[in-house]
Amino acid sequence: MTRLELRDVRKSFGALEVLADISLHVGEGEFVSILGPSGAGKSTLFQLLTGAVRGEGEMRFDGVPLDDHGSRFAFMPQRDALMPWRRVIDNAALGLEVQGMRRRAARERVAPLFAEFGLAGFERAWPAELSGGMRQRVALLRTVVQARDMLLLDEPFGALDALTRAAMQRWLEGMWRGHRWTALLITHDVREAVLLSDRIYVLSARPARVISEIPVPLPRPRTEGAALAREAAAIEAGILDTLLGATNSRPFDGEAK
Amino acid sequence: MSLPRSRQPRRLGTAFARTIPAVISLALLIAVWELYARFGGIAPTVLPAPSRVLQQAWENRAALAENTLPTIRATLAGFACSLVAAFVLSALVDFAPRLRRALFPILIASQTLPLVAIAPLVVLWFGFGLLPKILLVALVTFFPMMVALVEGYAATQKEIAEMLAAMGAGRWRIFRSARLPSALPYFFAGLRVSITYAVVGAIFAEYAGAAKGLGIYMLSAKNNFRPDLVLAAVTISSALTLMLFGLAVLIQHLAMPWERAGREDGQKSSTEGGR
Repeated sequence: MTRLELRDVRKSFGALEVLADISLHVGEGEFVSILGPSGAGKSTLFQLLTGAVRGEGEMRFDGVPLDDHGSRFAFMPQRDALMPWRRVIDNAALGLEVQGMRRRAARERVAPLFAEFGLAGFERAWPAELSGGMRQRVALLRTVVQARDMLLLDEPFGALDALTRAAMQRWLEGMWRGHRWTALLITHDVREAVLLSDRIYVLSARPARVISEIPVPLPRPRTEGAALAREAAAIEAGILDTLLGATNSRPFDGEAK
Repeated sequence: MSLPRSRQPRRLGTAFARTIPAVISLALLIAVWELYARFGGIAPTVLPAPSRVLQQAWENRAALAENTLPTIRATLAGFACSLVAAFVLSALVDFAPRLRRALFPILIASQTLPLVAIAPLVVLWFGFGLLPKILLVALVTFFPMMVALVEGYAATQKEIAEMLAAMGAGRWRIFRSARLPSALPYFFAGLRVSITYAVVGAIFAEYAGAAKGLGIYMLSAKNNFRPDLVLAAVTISSALTLMLFGLAVLIQHLAMPWERAGREDGQKSSTEGGR
């Protein structure tokens, strides 16, 4: 069942055309990635979805136009965006408080989830006392606890070191298997996209358009077995060819405008 | 991870140890002053020795106390008004940036006024009561806090504001949950600066005209050729300022426990790395 559907979505900032004709869809319980070069306008797409900016084209959720912005999505930004002045549990509960829940009730809602997110015992800690990976887990907890229809993940592991990032990708894959969130991930990390996604949309450089839609029919969990790794590597190579081929044939002519 | 609670006493100890150089240099200064005043052949009506200042302060303690209280009252009342005004105006400016362009030139101009000239005028306009003192204290303390708050709001991490908006938070919610807490470190920096002006502002106002107060006390002591009593009043006003400054640091310490958490962590890793 299709939940999110975008058709011919475009966005320009003045004369700068950022998104040119984006069409995509995300089904119920599906993990979809948007993969593109840096500066391709991937984050602009999320801003359109959350209502931070307005564009042209059709955006529907469950067949209904996305006018009532924000209520459908829980958004996880690039950096963890934890508030240093809130304890970890209150950071996790922030979305519930914004929804109007009392702080105590919000805490009671998030507290049981700390163990599953590997954060047990850190409820009363300050964000400054956590490692980068833990901070990112708090950010994901803060996102999923909002119980929205769909998760928007904007390069959630982009700021982590390579080793922590690999660990977090595996961890997220495990979490997703348990929960089957409907999720849209923005990334420029090909391996991350292949590891996590059911389908991948590959975007061109700016102005961004969908140049390829790639299904990832690999069984889960995806972290086990050499055969699986070989298949994943083949898909990764294909995507890289598509991406590099596309950017090479049109070397940044979009930027000059 | 162990929460480094047990470090509190030792940190207090190191803070104490850190003040020792300051205490020594101050003691030296006073000693030199004492010796020079006693054996330099200078009349005590020109430069009294510290011991004389202390002794005269004790003898005149009733008058000094009687004049200190109004100064404290004016300082605190003026500073409270200034604090409220800084919060209200900075919030207004944050919500309506156009207001900022309208207000800031006036506020900056207000900081260029020479206090010596303006204090008698304010007394002339508003009388010898508490009001002109409140106004003058507010005038000298308001600006650093206002600027600090406005800059602090602007220092809010963009991702946090965007995330709150995506959660459905309105402007007021974003202000309360993100912009105001983000401004706290800036605010306390501004507070520490402006609190040191507060007592001086009150004394200036009293100097220009008052029934009671350290300012008017200093003036009449000077006119009576009593520099020892002037210096006694000066010592009291310095002590007041230092106490207010200490109070500001204490409040900052209590208001921002997360700052401590970050710093203690850093200290812990650096000391453990050193071993």
